[in-house]
Amino acid sequence: MSVDPTLNGSSTNGSSTNGSSTNGLSTEGSGTEGSGTASKSAAAIDRAKAQGRAALICYIPAGYPDVQTTIDAGIALARNGADLIEIGIPYSDPVMDGAVIQAATTEAIANGFRVSSIFDIVAGITAATDAAVLVMTYWNPVLRLGVDEFSRRLAAAGGAGLITPDLIPEEASQWLEASQKYGLDRVFLVAPSSTPERLARTVEASRGFVYAVSIMGVTGTRTAVSSTAESLVVNTRAAGAARVCVGLGVSNAEQVREIAGYADGVIVGTALVAALRDGGVPALAELTTDLSSGLRPAGTEAH
Amino acid sequence: MATTPAASPQDHPADAFLSGATSPAGGTSTNPSAGSVTGAGSFRHAAGPYFGSYGGRWMPESLIAALDELEETFEKAKVDPEFLAQIADLNKNYSGRPSLLTEAKRFSAHAGGARIFLKREDLNHTGSHKINNVLGQALLAKRMGKTRVIAETGAGQHGVASATAAALLGLECVVYMGAEDCRRQALNVARMQLLGATVVPVTNGSQTLKDAINEALRDWVANVDSTHYLLGTAAGAHPFPAMVRFFHEVIGEEARGQILEQTGRLPDAVCACIGGGSNAIGIFHGFLDDASVRLYGFEAGGDGVETGRHAATITLGRPGVLHGARSYLMQDEDGQTVESHSISAGLDYPGVGPEHAYLADIGRVSYEPITDAEAMEAFQLLCRTEGIIPAIESAHALAGAIKVGQRLTADQADPAETIIVVNLSGRGDKDVETAAAWFDLIDAETAAEAVAEAVIRAADTAADAASNSAPNAAEANQWNGK
Repeated sequence: MSVDPTLNGSSTNGSSTNGSSTNGLSTEGSGTEGSGTASKSAAAIDRAKAQGRAALICYIPAGYPDVQTTIDAGIALARNGADLIEIGIPYSDPVMDGAVIQAATTEAIANGFRVSSIFDIVAGITAATDAAVLVMTYWNPVLRLGVDEFSRRLAAAGGAGLITPDLIPEEASQWLEASQKYGLDRVFLVAPSSTPERLARTVEASRGFVYAVSIMGVTGTRTAVSSTAESLVVNTRAAGAARVCVGLGVSNAEQVREIAGYADGVIVGTALVAALRDGGVPALAELTTDLSSGLRPAGTEAH
Repeated sequence: MATTPAASPQDHPADAFLSGATSPAGGTSTNPSAGSVTGAGSFRHAAGPYFGSYGGRWMPESLIAALDELEETFEKAKVDPEFLAQIADLNKNYSGRPSLLTEAKRFSAHAGGARIFLKREDLNHTGSHKINNVLGQALLAKRMGKTRVIAETGAGQHGVASATAAALLGLECVVYMGAEDCRRQALNVARMQLLGATVVPVTNGSQTLKDAINEALRDWVANVDSTHYLLGTAAGAHPFPAMVRFFHEVIGEEARGQILEQTGRLPDAVCACIGGGSNAIGIFHGFLDDASVRLYGFEAGGDGVETGRHAATITLGRPGVLHGARSYLMQDEDGQTVESHSISAGLDYPGVGPEHAYLADIGRVSYEPITDAEAMEAFQLLCRTEGIIPAIESAHALAGAIKVGQRLTADQADPAETIIVVNLSGRGDKDVETAAAWFDLIDAETAAEAVAEAVIRAADTAADAASNSAPNAAEANQWNGK
């Protein structure tokens, strides 16, 4: 399969009022999900929506196998259909990750990955593409650098915000403050086990979009997407979320199509990491193109 | 047990208390007596989720509902006379409580002549304090309608205790254990299997206790409907630190009563070893509001804290979040967890319970490192002076007691006026090979390998058989990185 560098990305016919070239003008009212026109994640999702489709959100770990490859891979993701890019910080104790991502992040750390290079990676990708670039990180590396300092540098690098798999709003006061100050998106997770009260609280604290985990489990490919995902999206919207994206276990275009039928975005991780592992950036680009083919509702494929 | 809710720790007039000006006690003690104090607040029965700025819930959202359910079940159970009666009955008629308080008269000569009393948790069923917590949590699991418990284990003590409680109460049990630890503690692997538990060797990360906890958390996220995570130490996300402490408070309550009965007064010091810190918080709790009692926690100093190869988390760590709680943590400049080192698998953990972090910061408990060599010297000393083989974990507390005893008696006319209680948290049967190798008694490498190979062969055979039929085995393999 050929990789078309113009399929999506820098040449995006952005009809959105606020392209990501406009760096965060800070935000509106505190803690309102998707409220600010300055949310880069929301803008990217809305651009996809304007094209009549869901957004594709692609995860790769930083420094796997090295920093330059991550930048190249991020650019390839954007140019082959990714609307948002999620760069994961390798961490010693990744409790939400399955075997494939664990192996990749362990290798990245063994190869000498340093947290400060995440800002170079984000800057490298945002300089070359219009994709919104989020950082996915367990919380301790952020705490260690300092929440404000981390946020300042992420914003300076052009990053959109953070996805925080082990941070709940109750523990996030420092992050709420810093993200507000620097105009960054706060992507918290909701799960099938989340109560209506928790959904409301999490939606209230989120900015950009809400990450709905499709199943009770860790990252990794699954043969089928659980039916709980759709009801979780419905419930999260009912709790006030403007944008809900679904991740965990999504690995092929068919699953992307299924989720794109009811969610604002589809998040793919493990399958992309496996492609990068087995075939490098070309294989990653090819899979991204394939995944993006599932974004339009059945029967409306672009020709 | 006291049921009066205590003031939150943030409200404690700690400084005033520590300066001796006033007491923090809050009248929640059921055993007021000499040395006990009364006042506005108490250090006892801290309910969490925060201990000062430590504790909390740094956990995936997927697990918050389960933590809420556990908290609610625990809060109801701990004031339910029926539940408390069940615990009391199991403690007495199954575990063998109360455990003895034994005066170590010959050992005391090595601690400056101070009188040393050993709280004999080694005499409990399964050989350590761990049974107190697992029985309580397994009962809670039943109350929540869970049919399966999972646990992590380092040395194997908590795994054996968990397998025991699961067998007793008819629960399925899966224990995650670092592959390195499986090799070091092959006999405990066999013990767990004999008790009907499935032991899953963890091959990622450093292959030790912290990685076993990671795997257990991954299992829990995927199976939370049917499964309770029986965490083995007073760490982790709320309500674990306060709950695990609650089940171990019996150690301190008994010890306080026993020392008063045997000596007529409170001790000058209480010593315990600290890994995650469950045995220590259990015994300290009985004395937290007794301003005259100095409390000492002894961390694993490994090869020496100056070498970098240690597990002295409070001594050298910095605050961070790991496994659900904010506490002291051994971490590098990037916030990556640093691997810990200790001759004792049970203390080989780079974190520590959040209540200990708080007690360290306010100065109520002093934390000091004990090297492998110091611990092994104390280990041998107790064997030869008292006829008791301690767990190597507990030997850290003994080595600390020697130092404390020498310090406290230094300028005393009669050293026997000084009284020290040491929590002998476990027995050393599991450590015979390690100790024999340390003292060059046998070629333990060879002996340990022979045992390990036999156990691993048996486990492989069982796993092969299981993987042909059971989906669980395939899942277990997946956890292990394919």
